[in-house]
Amino acid sequence: MTTNYGVGVELRGLTKRYGDVTALDGIDLTIAPGEFMTFLGPSGSGKTTTLNLIAGFVEPDAGHIVVGDRQLVGVPPHRRNIGVVFQNYALFPHLRVEDNVAFPLRERRMKKADVTRKVGEILEVVGLSHLARRSPRELSGGQQQRVALARALVFDPQLLLLDEPLGALDKRLREDLQLEIKRIHNEVGVTFVFVTHDQEEALVMSNRIAVFNNGALEQVATSSELYERPRTLFAAQFLGDSNVLRGPLQRRGDRLVLQSGTLSVEVPGHGGADPAVNEAALVVRPEKMRVRPHGHAVSPTDNSLVADVVDVIYLGGRRRLVLEGAGQKFLVDEMAPEEQYAHGDRVVLSWRIDAGILVDVHPGGSTPSADAPPSLERATL
Amino acid sequence: MTLIERTLEAAGPPSPSAAGGQRWSTRLRSRPGSLMVAPALVFVAVVFAYPVLRMFVLSVTNMPAGQASSWYSNYEWYLTSGSQMNILRRTFVISAWITVSCFVLGFPYAYLMTRVGTRARLLMTGAVMLPFWSNLVVRTYAWVILLSDVGPLQAFLRSMGIHAPTLLGNVAGMTIGATQVLLPFFVLPVYAGLQGIDRRLLDAAVSLGASPGRAFRKVYLPLAVPGIMAGSTLVFVLSLGFYFTPALLGSPKQSMISQQIVQQTNALLAFGRGGAMALVLLASTLLILGAAALVTRRHTRALGIGGGR
Repeated sequence: MTTNYGVGVELRGLTKRYGDVTALDGIDLTIAPGEFMTFLGPSGSGKTTTLNLIAGFVEPDAGHIVVGDRQLVGVPPHRRNIGVVFQNYALFPHLRVEDNVAFPLRERRMKKADVTRKVGEILEVVGLSHLARRSPRELSGGQQQRVALARALVFDPQLLLLDEPLGALDKRLREDLQLEIKRIHNEVGVTFVFVTHDQEEALVMSNRIAVFNNGALEQVATSSELYERPRTLFAAQFLGDSNVLRGPLQRRGDRLVLQSGTLSVEVPGHGGADPAVNEAALVVRPEKMRVRPHGHAVSPTDNSLVADVVDVIYLGGRRRLVLEGAGQKFLVDEMAPEEQYAHGDRVVLSWRIDAGILVDVHPGGSTPSADAPPSLERATL
Repeated sequence: MTLIERTLEAAGPPSPSAAGGQRWSTRLRSRPGSLMVAPALVFVAVVFAYPVLRMFVLSVTNMPAGQASSWYSNYEWYLTSGSQMNILRRTFVISAWITVSCFVLGFPYAYLMTRVGTRARLLMTGAVMLPFWSNLVVRTYAWVILLSDVGPLQAFLRSMGIHAPTLLGNVAGMTIGATQVLLPFFVLPVYAGLQGIDRRLLDAAVSLGASPGRAFRKVYLPLAVPGIMAGSTLVFVLSLGFYFTPALLGSPKQSMISQQIVQQTNALLAFGRGGAMALVLLASTLLILGAAALVTRRHTRALGIGGGR
């Protein structure tokens, strides 16, 4: 398999409407050459529409799509040279595995000997050489998906789009194939754009994740950045569990305080949040919270409140406590539980002030700047 | 009949029951609801199997008066009569024409049905079924008026400066009339077949570098073959036995086999000869159905229809 280097993708003001419905509302996004970019979002958020626009199955109402140095808007899909892997595999049922994989090469009028060689090579990469003469229906779901991958990569596209390719597979197989796809990504060096609604999948696979909501981008960031520093409430809640306190923000001296019901908590000063907003949200991840017996002293750098244990859930490597305090519900994950708690126990719940994350409440409120992926070179566009 | 069923089954969306390898008797036993087909079987036995048997008996016993003969002389007469063989051949040729014109009109129609909205599809289904809802005699006479040399169609063509050949009382008239009657038998199975084709396959082909036209030819058409085979077989076989439409829209000089059978039984009272002709027609029909089923089954096997997609 010859390694060919992927190309960058530049989306500018990409807009698509279906009747009165705006499926995509002016997306701006830069994808670096060779990057593994995941589009994450609920169904109807615009991620698949974006993919279809890049592939050329639909044309945008406004905006630009540049792949490498080619402006693609208006170019018919069969001239775009972009590989696509579909959720239902979309293998041709009347062709054998090798003929499915040879299809794009034959469409390019490649010489017979070259076709045979390239098909052999790519089947090797996906580990299916022994099944070349089978018909697709004789393969398992996982094998079919590998054939689809091979077929979409065999003609050396510089960009591969994957539309929820693992959606139809069971959990074990998904996890195997996630690693497999990552391996292939490393091996072929092509830029991958991977669409999923599964947050775990997004975390496992990507260099960066673009979180879609309501036809707009909520945030584009690396997995860890997205988890540690989500910019919007939507992004915070879509990726991982979170405790959310909502309410007006006030400045008290040099401290910033969020008033949520009867509870007032201090929020970290950084983040540049405007204290005048009357509705803000504080996100605290469950593993950042701490539970101690009632009456335990609390450090001044912590927020704290008294709460009652509602439930204790054993989750293998960790324990999850469900608490209720100040009229709100809290989730706490303990990796190394020190005390045993039971339903009805009164406890002190606390978290470091700087473990809280102040986020935008309203979706689309932030304009996602085209952050450069930290570990990759910036796209030269 | 099972052959037709099988052909139809193969045309539909993939279903595990399409495995044609099982004998019907095994199927009967293995399916709990099979008793329910008993009345239908009895009905077919009484109104189909028995008459065919009677016809066969007549064809080997009832000889035209004054001919010393063996049991097969009715068949001998038929198969050695040059004019009769001409008519049989013509019957096949006309049936082929009818099938071709059903394909030309019906395939784009069925394809369009898979592309339009629910309401338009309902309308299109209704339109294609229209021939079923009007009386055959009325409809055929309507064609007589429309197609006649002094009829509106010829008048229209003349006004356009086109001098069209006669359309009534010949093969053209027969083909036009029969195509209208038989079109639903083509469109419905083909539509059922096309309906089961995943449109994403076309997107996939295009993303792999095939132009839309090539994607259609290399991916869509091969997958449409079972449905087309089912529709064509049905139309072809039905055309072979057509009587009324050719009798009115064709001419005695270019008759089809059914008209000859009617002639033998109704006019000449040669029931044995009529029976022999009918059985030769039946045998050729079964042969064609068998061949079509074989081709379709091999094709569907290659397609892997019957497995999940």
